Amino acid sequence: MSETTLKVRSAGAERRIRALVAKPGLNSHDRGAKVIARALRDSGMEVIYTGLRQTPEQIVEAAMQEDVDVLCLSILSGAHMTLLPEIVGLMKRRSLDDVLVIAGGIIPDEDISKLKEIGIAEVFGPGTPTHVTVDYIKSNLRRKL
Amino acid sequence: MGFSARDLVQGVLKRDRRSVARLMTAIENEDPESRAAVSELYSHTGNAYTVGVTGPPGSGKSTLIGQLAKQYRKHEKKVGIIAVDPSSPFTGGALLGDRIRMQELSTDEGVFVRSMATRGSLGGLARSTSELVNVLDAFGCDIIFVETVGAGQSEVDVMRLADTVVLVMAPGLGDDIQAIKAGIMEISDIIVVNKADRENAERTMLEITSALELDTEQKKWMPPIVKTIATSNEGTEKLVERLEEHKRFLKEAGIERRKIKGEIQLLEALKVRLAETVMADLRNDPDFENMIEKIARRELNPYEAAITLANKIVGKT
Repeated sequence: MSETTLKVRSAGAERRIRALVAKPGLNSHDRGAKVIARALRDSGMEVIYTGLRQTPEQIVEAAMQEDVDVLCLSILSGAHMTLLPEIVGLMKRRSLDDVLVIAGGIIPDEDISKLKEIGIAEVFGPGTPTHVTVDYIKSNLRRKL
Repeated sequence: MGFSARDLVQGVLKRDRRSVARLMTAIENEDPESRAAVSELYSHTGNAYTVGVTGPPGSGKSTLIGQLAKQYRKHEKKVGIIAVDPSSPFTGGALLGDRIRMQELSTDEGVFVRSMATRGSLGGLARSTSELVNVLDAFGCDIIFVETVGAGQSEVDVMRLADTVVLVMAPGLGDDIQAIKAGIMEISDIIVVNKADRENAERTMLEITSALELDTEQKKWMPPIVKTIATSNEGTEKLVERLEEHKRFLKEAGIERRKIKGEIQLLEALKVRLAETVMADLRNDPDFENMIEKIARRELNPYEAAITLANKIVGKT
């Protein structure tokens, strides 16, 4: 059977990485989040973008309903030390520990290690080339594909 | 931490939301046991009322569905929503943004929202959309909204799946004529003119009315036109009334519709099964490769070749 036929056959059933890109908190600046969302899509992922001003509950519930493999949190407001732990806490309580959680935005270096301790796998600062984030996600998924 | 698809079915029937989400993923990915799971769920379906929402991009489908969901929640109905968006044919990825308009519903336990990418399917829906509808049905949803890609060309898929098809138009999108051309009007049970506060709303109404009048076939149900402004929740109560009216109408035509849907589902499932069985055999058949070569050299035409193959497969001479 020709290779093309096989490719066409499997295109539909190919396992896609599902990602949720969320902006918790009150900040209204979403360009960064949109850049990441598009980059993830261009790398072949299915990206659910939930928009601005999301509460932790909304984000976690969406992550659960959409059964995502990775949760990308974009924060520019400075409230990362309250919002991110809250979100990670909710994820744990809902047994969503197998979801990779990463963060981006304006997060000072001194807070990064604390965030990693509570369960944020990696933090990507402004100016990080998108392929770095994409590659990280692909190499660090916790769920089997 | 793998849950078998069969465990997930039990979870769904026990109203566990996480099981619903995980089973949906398993079905989308055609995981090994997902077929058996879908079979098992089937006898638990049939309770939900499915509304297909179609229409051109920018007409306000997502916002409208969000508002409709809230209306149904007021009546304490359990709501399911599936929003389908196109996958890129090049990268295979997708940006699923319909949820933005419905995010406040996330914390309402009586609503379940799932975004799907078409993954190569044409026609407005993904291949497994109807199976995901079954999951929500078995989960206990009273009403399920399915938002299609709505490119306006081939919405036949949604007709097979939904009890009621709602076409959402908006003035000034420049494609009123396109909708008429594509025959979308023929399959729509209710037509909504959203963003009805816009200037050309009246003209859009008139164009739709004329298009409906052109349809000379005697219909038992004349599609009503409902004006809405989804962003300010105007007209949505009227729309719910029309949905309920159509639902009652369908009940009277009851068995007939279910049989049609049953037939369509059976034929779809049969087509898939046959294709798989046939392709598996063809893989090992040297004749098949020979035929392809001959077709490439224009010594054989594919239509005749198909007839020959089909007869061979079915056992005719």
